[in-house]
Amino acid sequence: MAHAEGQQHPISMYLKIWGLLFVLSTFSYLVDFYHVEGYLRWSLILLFMILKAGLIVAVFMHMMWERLALIYAILVPPVLVLVFVFLMTHEADYTFVTRGVFFGGP
Amino acid sequence: MAPPAATSTGESLARPEGWGGIVADWSSDQRTFKNVPWGKAMMWIFLLSDTFIFTCFLLSYMTVRMSTTVPWPNPSEIFALHIGGQPIPLILIAIMTFILISSSGTMAMAVNFGYRHDRVKSAILMLVTAAFGASFVGMQAFEWTKLIVEDGVRPWTNPFGAAQFGSTFFMITGFHGFHVSIGVIFLVIIARKVWRGDYDHGRPGYFTSRKGKYEAVEIMGLYWHFVDLVWVFIFAVFYLW
Repeated sequence: MAHAEGQQHPISMYLKIWGLLFVLSTFSYLVDFYHVEGYLRWSLILLFMILKAGLIVAVFMHMMWERLALIYAILVPPVLVLVFVFLMTHEADYTFVTRGVFFGGP
Repeated sequence: MAPPAATSTGESLARPEGWGGIVADWSSDQRTFKNVPWGKAMMWIFLLSDTFIFTCFLLSYMTVRMSTTVPWPNPSEIFALHIGGQPIPLILIAIMTFILISSSGTMAMAVNFGYRHDRVKSAILMLVTAAFGASFVGMQAFEWTKLIVEDGVRPWTNPFGAAQFGSTFFMITGFHGFHVSIGVIFLVIIARKVWRGDYDHGRPGYFTSRKGKYEAVEIMGLYWHFVDLVWVFIFAVFYLW
C-alpha cells in the first residue's frame, strides 16, 4: 500500500480517469440530445451517474486505497438513504392521489 | 524539564485486513481510522453530513415533482441556448459539467504534486482549479440571470409549468454554487500557502498552531471532489430527468 507519505500514484492514472469521466459525461449528455425516452432513459442516466460518482470517490478521493473501517463508515450511511427514498416515493404517490381526488373531480 | 525518553517496541505489528481489520480498528481503544490524519478524517465526516443535506434537497425535489398534478417544465428546453440561430438543448449545463470535471482532474494532480513536494506545480494546478471553479460560478450567474430576467422564473411561479420548479431549482443549484464559491476561496488560500512553502517549513496553519503538512492539499482536494460529486447527482436528476 502506498502510504509512505500520503497518496503516491502516477499522474497518468489521474489523466485516464479524467478522460473516462469526460466520456461518461458525453454519454449522459447524448441521452438527452437524442431524446432517449422511457425506462431506457432513466436506467442510462442512473448508470452513468453511478459510474461517474464511483470513479470520483474511488480514485480522485483515494477511497479505494483507504482501510475498510473508513470506507464503510463513510459509504454505508449514504446507502441507507435509499430507505428514505422509498418512504418519500410512497408519500409523494399518496399526495398525488389525494390531490387528484380533491382538485380533479366535479 | 527533559522530555521523556522515547520508548518503542522497535517493530509495528501488521494490521489485519478485511472484516477482521474493521473489528480490530474499531475495537483498538485508539483512533479508529488508521493511516488517516485527523484532519482528513474530519473532512470525510463533514462531507458525510453535507451528503445528507444535499440528499434532503434532492429528495424534497423528487417528492414535489412526483406529487404535483401540473406538468413539470422540460429542463432540456429551458436550459437550451441559441447558437447559430438554432437551439442546442442543455448545452450550457453540459459545458458547466465538463468544466467541473476538468477542475477535479487538475485538483487530483495538485494533490499528487503536493505530496511530491513540487510546490510550484501544485500551486499552479490549484489556481487552475480555482479558475475553473470561478468560471463555473460565472456561468451559473449567467444561467440564473437568464431565468430570472428573461423567463420570469421565481421560487413561487414560472411560465413553464409546476411552480415547484423554481423553488427547488434555486435552492439546489444555489446551495451548490455557494459550495463552489467557498471552495474557490479556500483553493486560493491553500495555493498561496503551498506557493510560499508553508508546508515545507512547518509554518503553523490557521485554526490551529500545529505544523501544516501537505495533507492540507489532499483535504482541500476531498472537498473539491465532493463539490464535483454533488454536481454529478444534480446534473443527472435535475437537468436530465
